[in-house]
Amino acid sequence: MFSFALHLIARDFRLALRRPMDVASALFFFLIMASLFPLGVSPEPELLRQLAPGILWIGALLSNMLSLPRLFAEDFQDGALEQMALAPYPLFLLAMSKTLAHWLICGIPLAFLSPLLGLQFDLPPDALGILFVSLLLGSLALAGIGAVGAALILGLRNGGILLALLILPLYIPALIFGTSAVDAVTHGLSPLPYLLLLAAFTLGCAVFAPLAAAAALKVSLE
Amino acid sequence: MFSTPHWFKFAAPAAFYPLAGKMIPWFWALAALFGFIGLWLGFVVAPIDFQQGEGYRIIFVHVGASWMSMFIYLVMAFWAAIGLSFHTRLSGMMTEALAPTGALFAFLSLWTGAFWGKPMWGAWWVWDARLTSELLLFFLYIAFIALTRAIDDPRRADKSGAILVLASVVNVPIIYFSVRLWNSLHQGASVSLTRSPSMAAIMLWGMLFCALAMWMYSIAVSLTRVRRIILEREQQTEWVKHLLSPVTATAP
Repeated sequence: MFSFALHLIARDFRLALRRPMDVASALFFFLIMASLFPLGVSPEPELLRQLAPGILWIGALLSNMLSLPRLFAEDFQDGALEQMALAPYPLFLLAMSKTLAHWLICGIPLAFLSPLLGLQFDLPPDALGILFVSLLLGSLALAGIGAVGAALILGLRNGGILLALLILPLYIPALIFGTSAVDAVTHGLSPLPYLLLLAAFTLGCAVFAPLAAAAALKVSLE
Repeated sequence: MFSTPHWFKFAAPAAFYPLAGKMIPWFWALAALFGFIGLWLGFVVAPIDFQQGEGYRIIFVHVGASWMSMFIYLVMAFWAAIGLSFHTRLSGMMTEALAPTGALFAFLSLWTGAFWGKPMWGAWWVWDARLTSELLLFFLYIAFIALTRAIDDPRRADKSGAILVLASVVNVPIIYFSVRLWNSLHQGASVSLTRSPSMAAIMLWGMLFCALAMWMYSIAVSLTRVRRIILEREQQTEWVKHLLSPVTATAP
């Protein structure tokens, strides 16, 4: 059972490595989106420092969401997903492995990129660290909720825009806890309470979201 | 099959359709009666608020609409859970029939809130925790409607919608908590929504009757909608063909 999950994750990794531009374009989206804000708002460091946690978190969240439709759609189109669902393992395991794979492939690179963008926004070093940690934690929650949405929109027309409607409201707690942690650091407070809340939210999502995603997959594969 | 409670027979759309048809006029009548009493109490009997003047009277619509918008989402979650566990077709139809009414009330609540906010706070909108949560509730309704309308197969639409509603309803308390946390961090000049706790009894009664009227209206309009959904989905069945055939159309 464990090896089934490992195989699924390893397979997603191989697929991502064969087409590295798919992952890279999500990262470049993050980069471009974040660069638009100084151009659109103001390049003043004082203002940018205030806006940075929100902008970088929203950018990571949108970039995460944009790569979500790929999570199940390609396997669904070529029939691989049905074969995986036929395997004698619970669908929960499939949903969880896919979620983890998405986190590893999409979420973690975004978290690693974020301190670099934070530098552009003149964030102090300790805030950069917290931004990284909060995105590392939070993107697992984003992947979990996102998997539910991606499973629900499988094979629907207009799926991409629908996905945004479905999951963005559910992303809000992660956004608030994550940005509050970074804000707390820039104001000289301890980010720990917010990070713990974020961790709690993430753990809840990591456990319960694959259940919902599995139910949604079952409905979509019928 | 279920043997003990005989009301399970109304889980079949064919049995529920005539029952709903009989109930609808009663709920409309009750809605009109309660609405009349509530508005009469609210606009004629209730005194002018000494702090807020005539403007406060919008609460007679606003409070009821907010209650209904939250309550209807819970009812949808209830039907979604029933539908997923018992595979009753009617539950999905009920969930779908309730959603537009819930969205309407969420919108009304925001809109009347803005009308209240402008004279009282001098702003149409403030990023208060309650307002923000109500806005997010409105988004959740829109998400449900968008998802179910995007799926052509009604069975899949019902089940996907049910999963979405249940996943969201679990999240609602977390969202509410996080918005309150965010609000307490970010709100500068705080606006208190609860500044007149000692409300005159007559105002409370007016509000209650208006809320009851909205409740009855919601039931009447969702039953009407569910009857239409039943007819649409069951149009291949014998009883619908029989019902809609010109010969029997005059029969009750």
